[in-house]
Amino acid sequence: MAIVVTAETRLVVQGITGREGSFHASRNRDYGTTLVAGVTPGKGGQEAAGAPVYDTVAEAVRERGANTAMVFVPPRFAADAILESAEAGVETIVCITEGIPAHDMLRVYNHVRPRGITLLGPNCPGALSPGVANVGIIPAQVFAPGRIGLVSRSGTLTYQIGKELADAGLGNSSIVGIGGDPVVGQSFIDVLARFEADPETDLVVMVGEIGGSDEEQAADYIAEHMSTPVVAYIAGFQAPPGKTMGHAGAIISGSSGTAQAKKEALEARGVRVGASPTETARLAAEAFARL
Amino acid sequence: MDLYEYQGKQLFARFGIPVSEGVVADTPAEARRAAEQIGAMVTVKAQVLVGGRGKAGGIKLAETPEEAERHAAAILGMDIRGHTVRRLWIERSSDIASEYYFSITFDRSAKRPLLMLTTQGGVEIEQVAAETPELLARLHVDPLIGLQPFHARQLLFGAGLPAEQHAQAADIIARAYEAFVETDAMLVEINPLIVTPDGELRALDSKYTVDDNALFRHPDIAEMRDLESLDPQERMARERGVTYVKLDGTIGILGNGAGLVMSTLDVVAQAGGSPANFLDVGGGAQADEIVSAMEVLLSDSKVEAVLFNVFGGITRCDEVARGVLTALDRLDVSIPIVVRLDGTNDVEGRKILADAAPANLVVAETMLGAARQVVELARAAA
Repeated sequence: MAIVVTAETRLVVQGITGREGSFHASRNRDYGTTLVAGVTPGKGGQEAAGAPVYDTVAEAVRERGANTAMVFVPPRFAADAILESAEAGVETIVCITEGIPAHDMLRVYNHVRPRGITLLGPNCPGALSPGVANVGIIPAQVFAPGRIGLVSRSGTLTYQIGKELADAGLGNSSIVGIGGDPVVGQSFIDVLARFEADPETDLVVMVGEIGGSDEEQAADYIAEHMSTPVVAYIAGFQAPPGKTMGHAGAIISGSSGTAQAKKEALEARGVRVGASPTETARLAAEAFARL
Repeated sequence: MDLYEYQGKQLFARFGIPVSEGVVADTPAEARRAAEQIGAMVTVKAQVLVGGRGKAGGIKLAETPEEAERHAAAILGMDIRGHTVRRLWIERSSDIASEYYFSITFDRSAKRPLLMLTTQGGVEIEQVAAETPELLARLHVDPLIGLQPFHARQLLFGAGLPAEQHAQAADIIARAYEAFVETDAMLVEINPLIVTPDGELRALDSKYTVDDNALFRHPDIAEMRDLESLDPQERMARERGVTYVKLDGTIGILGNGAGLVMSTLDVVAQAGGSPANFLDVGGGAQADEIVSAMEVLLSDSKVEAVLFNVFGGITRCDEVARGVLTALDRLDVSIPIVVRLDGTNDVEGRKILADAAPANLVVAETMLGAARQVVELARAAA
């Protein structure tokens, strides 16, 4: 078993005829993900990345039974693309696009959330269940199959930690990127709850960063609801207030959202926080060895 | 993107929120003409993107145009908490009976706009929230429904505004919400929202932040960005489309991916160094992107050594290595550069760098090792 992307995943890629869309659709398919369709309005009837292209997601769902969508659509059209998949009955939507206006995501979030749809991102690398399926841009060769769940707001930083875990002989059940924007579909808590319920995950590594209060809320959740141990890492101790550090959501507003506050909140709830990616991988390896 | 007070007030006026008459002035002479044009007592207000202007002496009353000119001469060029005053807003002075506070913030935790109203205006809202929370009315609006009249009533009764002000205040709340949504704002704050002795409500100050990712929809607001106020490196980075934040240390840092670069700054600081900047080259392995990024980074004369930290995922380390060599070749770089490559094709990448072996280039394998090396090299260079 794995979470978010599994052997049951039937993928439709929105924006499959674009350069990035077709490249990553092919990679995901080659990894073993069941790619069933692509969607580009006006290009229905063509083929891309070895999959039939439809004009609408509704067709892709009706004709090919797609249950998971990956959004590779430019920022100004991406909110519409997410809503299209949601209305077509897709259960899991992975939005890679970076730069979607925050107000668009406010409306999208409030629409999809009560419908029980799993929205990863936007501005996320996707999700990978090693040996099972890959939806997104995560480089699968970095990760080994195993029993550690990894959840993160960042891309390359997660790959770094995944690789250090692999170097230590440890692998992952699933790697889930929730995204670096201020409004993302899945919180740390949402993903932690899934790992907690996953019989193939024995430990979780949570990779946070400055901005918002998702890590603080996760700290309470871990203490109150989780039996699976969690090790954390927080990036951004050197970030000055009021500056966006690459990710639109990585900003300290006034005195809230600092790395120090997040670290303290986690440690106060008994979660060990690594000082560097290397130390985090070491703490995870130690905790795993004690299981 | 943060707007100056006068820019926020221009948007207020566009949405029908009452503001005082005012004119922009960049010189003392312009301030004098502005005061003459207004023809009444004026307030000379420094335009800076930082709070505490009044306490710093950046806001002065002037009875006459001559006095406005004198105040302008004193305030222009003034440093207010690290911000140089280069522009003034000359505004018709207001008589104030009371000062309220109203704001709409983008509450990312609740995923809804948060509206706050209190009669305790003119001070920091955090202070009101901490000391007299019962006087602060707060509520979230479902963005799919939008602001409804009952929301405004809840705020007005909750904050205890006098009944005779309800119609005016409800109108301001509705117009501010419209502005918040229409302009893709992350913050619309009116503090103080004044009541004049005649019972008229008016926005005396503005704090306005617009989502950078939505500026494509608002070319008029995008044009309000004051490039002159940016630090020279940040300005250069913006012009080149490089994701860069200036810090005040001596070790230049670039890498691929925002999280990894933030983490690199932290690890360098732990190793005893001080980061000069944050720079995310993204997936950019291409030589042109690396050259452009390096140029921005090296234009900061405080930089004494550089750490380039790359984790190859889709990006291949051998491509990055070739890009780095091209960049070093094209730019005349003499300060030490530590390159750390990990991930896809890292062995090939390190070999390419080792074979070329520029004298000032050090190849590192681990992040921690790279951080220690660059800190040592920066110390030796200082």
